[in-house]
Amino acid sequence: MNNFDVEKIRLDFPILQTGINGKPLVYFDNAATTQKPKVVIDTLVKYYSETNSNVHRGVHFLSEKATNAYEASRKTVQKFINAKKSEEIIFVRGTTEAINLITNTYGSKYIKENDEIIISTLEHHSNIVPWQMLCEKTGAKLKVIPINSKGEIIFEQYEKLISTKTRFVSVAYISNSLGTINPVKKIIELAHAHNIPIMLDGAQAIQHTKIDVQDLDCDFFAFSGHKIYGPTGIGILYGKENLLDSIPPYQGGGDMIKNVTFEKTTYNDLPYKFEAGTPNIAGSIGLASALNYVSDLGIENIAKYEHSLLEYGTQNLNEIDNMKIIGNANEKASVISFLVGNTHPYDIGTLLDQLGIAVRTGVHCTEPLMKFFNIPGTVRASFAFYNTKDEIDILIKGVKRASRMLL
Amino acid sequence: MEKTIEEIEDEIVDEFTVFEEWMDKYEYIIELGKNLPAMDEKYKTDNRKVSGCQSQVWLNTNFENGKVIYEADSDAIITKGLVGLLVRVLSNRKPQDIINAKLDFINKIGMKEHLSPNRANGLVSMIKHMKDDASSFLNKNNNQN
Repeated sequence: MNNFDVEKIRLDFPILQTGINGKPLVYFDNAATTQKPKVVIDTLVKYYSETNSNVHRGVHFLSEKATNAYEASRKTVQKFINAKKSEEIIFVRGTTEAINLITNTYGSKYIKENDEIIISTLEHHSNIVPWQMLCEKTGAKLKVIPINSKGEIIFEQYEKLISTKTRFVSVAYISNSLGTINPVKKIIELAHAHNIPIMLDGAQAIQHTKIDVQDLDCDFFAFSGHKIYGPTGIGILYGKENLLDSIPPYQGGGDMIKNVTFEKTTYNDLPYKFEAGTPNIAGSIGLASALNYVSDLGIENIAKYEHSLLEYGTQNLNEIDNMKIIGNANEKASVISFLVGNTHPYDIGTLLDQLGIAVRTGVHCTEPLMKFFNIPGTVRASFAFYNTKDEIDILIKGVKRASRMLL
Repeated sequence: MEKTIEEIEDEIVDEFTVFEEWMDKYEYIIELGKNLPAMDEKYKTDNRKVSGCQSQVWLNTNFENGKVIYEADSDAIITKGLVGLLVRVLSNRKPQDIINAKLDFINKIGMKEHLSPNRANGLVSMIKHMKDDASSFLNKNNNQN
């Protein structure tokens, strides 16, 4: 790609210049977390060096400066996902907390015994367990959309699962284990046709594809900062204003209140109602800096380049003897899960690590999905825009070498 | 005379010193894993499973003539090779010797990272189970005497 200068981009990421086990680092664990460009790291240092202060509290100069930076970050996020209002952007720890927030607040208000909640077979544990906990508490039931052998949601089965008892749908936009891109627009439309609200787990989508929450028309959307080149410990819950207004707060504490007496407390307006305690101020500013970095590169350019890596990787991995790629959806993000013959993913991962190649092995927090494929886990290589075809060649060589040793 | 645990450990360390390349080392461990007899499927029950989320380890412990006999298996071959080394060092030993064993050889052969709890390969819990089994055997024996 001519307009996408990977070699120049790589220089923005200090960690990519380091070595592992005496070899240059090949980082293919981007679905777990992404590396940080220097501009994000510098933003964090600058914040703590020049701005650090608590937000929404002080009249003094630094508090004002920190508050402005924090609220400006919210606006950056709003713009990035095209939310209607910045009040619809809630800072949380990450996708997991965002989902737990919804199950605890929306769930406690609207989900009752025998109600049904729909998720899919592809979900990460963080979009399964909070719903199970809610079901245990309320007596509601979890319904799971089946998938086909390519790792795609079977839409007709989803249609069949919807009933008069369905109260909520929560699905991943993109599968973390397989890379499958779900037809979320269709999924949302169908839910809305039955007046059912829907949440998208966007943890694996935000860094790969353009997100426009108004165009998607999802009711809630969650993502983590660290998956999009930002810091850990910061994430976003987007929710439509009327829905967020209608549900009770999540945690109680400072900043989320209007007035407190021992008799009665009134809650603050959006978004503060959901942001009890001192928030991750540095994280939010770091996230905004990461989003700006991604915007400068252009998410469409990123998607195009990553797709070329996916195609190159898939084609070349498939040429290895006994290669089995798990997840062959027609629409895929740059994630390749695979197994070689009957070798255990742990063994392949261990040997690749010796070669300086970072992949993820195991069940990727998707035990039910691994069970569906009847496998002990996979080796997962997930690509980011700073990866190269040369690195994929190193992976291919590594996998060949490892499988020669193991088979 | 029968070798002590430390002597077997030294023997393993010696075997590994010939390997200069990491690859040779791993090839040897893989070989050990392949050669370790598979555990009878009927023993691979949940109560014998010392699981990590990455690879599974099964440990079957028996007590014969005052000694602890271990048999172990894993679904990952590198883990299985390491498991085999532990069985070689600790099986057919007196419980007290097993409890006292420091198992420094794992560090000395450069396989320490496999004992990191993050690896979740079941090895850390396997060592704990081996020692726990030895302790419970010792306690049972002491109570009987």
